Amino acid sequence: MASSQHFTHPRMRGWDRLTIGQKRVIWAWGFLAVPILFYAIIRFYPTFTAFYLSFTDWNLLRSPEFIGTANYQRMFADAAFWQVFRNTFAYLIWGTPISLVIAFVISYYLDRVRLMHGFIRALYFLPFLTTAAAMAWVWRWFYQPVPIGFINGMLSSIGLPQQPFLRSTSQALPAIMVTAIWAGLGFQIIIFLAGLRAIPQTYYEAARVDGLGEWAILTRITLPLLRPTTVFLVVFSSIGFLRIFDQVYNMTTNDPGGPLNSTKPLVLMIYQSAFSSYDMGYAAAQTVVLFTILLIVSLIQLYLLRRR
Amino acid sequence: MADMSANRPEMLPWFARLQPGAVLVWTLLFLGGVVMVTPLVLMFSTSLKSAGQIYDLRFIPAEPTLNNYVRVLADGWFLRWFMNSMIVAVCVTVSNVFFDSLVGYTLAKFKFRGRYIIFIAILSTLMIPTEMLVIPWYLMSAQFGWLDTYWGIMFPGMMTAFGTFLMKQFFETVPDDFIEAARVDGMNEFMIWWKVAMPLVTPALSALAIFTFLGNWTAFFWPLIVTTSRDLYTLPVGLSSFAVEQSIQWEMIMTGAALATIPTLIVFLVLQRFIVRGVMLAGLKG
Amino acid sequence: MRNFLASSMLTIAAGLVVVPAQAQTVEIEYWQYIFDTRVRAMDQLIERFHEEYPDIRVRQTTFPYADYQTRIVAAHTAGQGPDVVQLFYGWLDNFVAGELIQPLSEARFPAAEIEADFFPIVGAMQRDGQYWGLPTAVRSLALFINNDLFEEAGLDPANPPQTIDELRDAAISAVKYDSAGNITSVGLTLEMGAQDHHWWREGLVRQFGGVPYDDDGNVAYDSDAGLAALEFVTNMQTEDRVGTTGFMDEGQAAFRAGMAAMTIDGTFRLGSFNSISHFNWTVAELPANDDGLRSNYASYFANAIGARAEGERREAAETFLQFLTSPEAMEVWLEVVGELPARREVAQTDKNLTDPVYGPFLAALDYAHTTRFVDEAAQRQVAIDMVNRVVLQNQSPADSLAAAAAAEQAIIDRSR
Repeated sequence: MASSQHFTHPRMRGWDRLTIGQKRVIWAWGFLAVPILFYAIIRFYPTFTAFYLSFTDWNLLRSPEFIGTANYQRMFADAAFWQVFRNTFAYLIWGTPISLVIAFVISYYLDRVRLMHGFIRALYFLPFLTTAAAMAWVWRWFYQPVPIGFINGMLSSIGLPQQPFLRSTSQALPAIMVTAIWAGLGFQIIIFLAGLRAIPQTYYEAARVDGLGEWAILTRITLPLLRPTTVFLVVFSSIGFLRIFDQVYNMTTNDPGGPLNSTKPLVLMIYQSAFSSYDMGYAAAQTVVLFTILLIVSLIQLYLLRRR
Repeated sequence: MADMSANRPEMLPWFARLQPGAVLVWTLLFLGGVVMVTPLVLMFSTSLKSAGQIYDLRFIPAEPTLNNYVRVLADGWFLRWFMNSMIVAVCVTVSNVFFDSLVGYTLAKFKFRGRYIIFIAILSTLMIPTEMLVIPWYLMSAQFGWLDTYWGIMFPGMMTAFGTFLMKQFFETVPDDFIEAARVDGMNEFMIWWKVAMPLVTPALSALAIFTFLGNWTAFFWPLIVTTSRDLYTLPVGLSSFAVEQSIQWEMIMTGAALATIPTLIVFLVLQRFIVRGVMLAGLKG
Repeated sequence: MRNFLASSMLTIAAGLVVVPAQAQTVEIEYWQYIFDTRVRAMDQLIERFHEEYPDIRVRQTTFPYADYQTRIVAAHTAGQGPDVVQLFYGWLDNFVAGELIQPLSEARFPAAEIEADFFPIVGAMQRDGQYWGLPTAVRSLALFINNDLFEEAGLDPANPPQTIDELRDAAISAVKYDSAGNITSVGLTLEMGAQDHHWWREGLVRQFGGVPYDDDGNVAYDSDAGLAALEFVTNMQTEDRVGTTGFMDEGQAAFRAGMAAMTIDGTFRLGSFNSISHFNWTVAELPANDDGLRSNYASYFANAIGARAEGERREAAETFLQFLTSPEAMEVWLEVVGELPARREVAQTDKNLTDPVYGPFLAALDYAHTTRFVDEAAQRQVAIDMVNRVVLQNQSPADSLAAAAAAEQAIIDRSR
């Protein structure tokens, strides 16, 4: 490795002959050598492997054979795939705005609260520190029917009918989404608080001098200036919801992604195809779809940030 | 934390500014916070109940007992998984703090041909979802015998583009004069980075460390795939299999979940200020 | 990591050094998945085998269940592999196609003898007239009854339901509701995700006069019999309300908690239920239909000869396999693991048949069937969804049955 050459004596003169600029370039590549290897072997090479596998019928037992786009044709013809596709976007389309609006409202008001500010903030932040796989089981218990379930126990004690929650094709997805929103809210609140703090007070003072009301200040100053923070959070939480897995896996172990696939996100389908059915080629094709979706989301982010 | 509100315009003591609206807002925020921690409170309270008491949905157990903890910890698996998670999270964090900042520093402070391409290449890996790589990683691990090893759990996360990007942003704020002065003093480039530049970005380093540690402590997807023997499970994977094996005995599952949560809660209570600041920093620069 | 590599290399090197020293003895390798009692039973058996055949050394290697198939494949691609290997009967086609195992020699395992001595379900290890492996032990299903809940409902646990109609009536009497009509204790657990899908396929479909699959392994339950069987299962949930899927999260949890009067489960659940202390339970044979026809589902892990075993290693491997399928080994397995012997003469002794716990399971082996799964998890999911469509989405049972048949047939077709 270039950076270690100067320790050997005969090379010493060679190293000394280099200009300062050349030495620095050698140092730089020396610093980058291991990381470049890492990214090449652990990130880029596997990416190409995944693309390649998506065109094969590899199932662990038989060696992979090239089968063209058969996996993609099968996927696009599979009603279960489209159900999963819709679910994935349902997590995204409901989860992101709901959690961001709640997080913003809370941080907007929490920013002005001084009494026990740190304590209240900690209350909201604590769930972010929990392990999703562990809390999924806590929530799973909450959602049980009577006589064991906590929420249904509360409902029936005040005379309301019990709800099926995880046993319903319409309630299960929202029920799982709530747990993801719950866990991510604290992070978003902290980031919003930081964003609010970063807005110079002079803007507000000028606005008050101009006689703007609270609402006008919010819409004309706070929200526009908070844009980078908001874009960051939108992207961050969108990617989180698109990749949801831990909660769904742990809350539906008896009928994974069920009932009737109503909660199954793309990542769970990938997991099942690859590590339950050993249908590696088909799973690889699903990962390519996930990659494409995330790429589009990232490109939209770049576009939004550039427009500023 | 009071220091965050110290430079706000209204410097009057809070009780002098009490308004009905403010009281309402405070109460609602407080109640919202209570709702947020309710699942945690119930988890802990159920973990202190015996099997017969769990149908009684009281927050405070009638006869609290640590029996469940004794039972869960008795066979030693949880301690083992705890240790595995700790080893993995610490190693990956150390690796990230070292390599991400080294690469971030190189990209921020060295001028050389190819620098931009390397930066873009590393950054582009942010767009490759882990889920796409798990199948090739699994194949690779099977070939190299990495399945069911600590290295197998750790290797995908040893460096991250996010950390590199974050550190590059921070090293760019380090004045070149400092580095030039060190060069004049005859320090080699490695020592300049380690002794001069690194101490100037400690807040960013702590942010990176906190994020990496928490991310690996709670990681589930890849450890679930790459570990298959109970000996090598991380805490989340172990808990998940424990919950299934327990034949749904909720008081035991809640105890397991509580054990998985307690460490991060303690760390938070001790390091609250650093963690909140770290999250804010990472969010703003990232 | 480096330490790990270094230590594994040392182990291999040490192995190489040892081999020439014991040139007379043949060393063979046996693989199975990790399950405490199975590993312990195998240790005992190997010890006995060594006493009987001092020239053969057997080394047991175990892997976690989730990883087991992958390890075998990985070893095979690396040019290694076990001499005797344990496999689930449902994996046979994959193992044969992947050339991981070889057929048993007719000379040492005559087909006629196997068919005379073993229960008919071992037929699932046969392809094109050749046997590819044999089990030591098998598992079957039975009805578990909570005596206290049964008596409370005015039923007699000593006199369990004999027909499926009696089963339904017993469940109706035993279910309990609260004032709002919520179920607080089920009459019968209804979980397609657990063992009910086996009961439905190999039990109910046949008892209503059909067959789940035809001789070529294609789906054949899209019939009147299949429809009647499906309606029997779904009506208990929608009309009779003797239970709901997901009550207490899952059926065996409900039974353990004393909140299910009856549940259908397998031999492998005995270990878990044996720790129940707050009520008594009994085991009964699965009920017959009105004509007295009984049917059950049995499954097993078989032992087979690895594809790499050749020459004297193959000889040694077959000797070991003969020992593993001997009456003596089966008795050890029953005692240590609690699984049922695969040979008739060992299983159905008077002592075993009158055993209150093992009796009903053993009796079932005479009329039990196996399902030729190609992807058990996926095929189970088809059954779960079939019931859910009726119960949760009010689809007509006939439509749901047809959809399930098509979905499962697609899975079977893809595996060919």
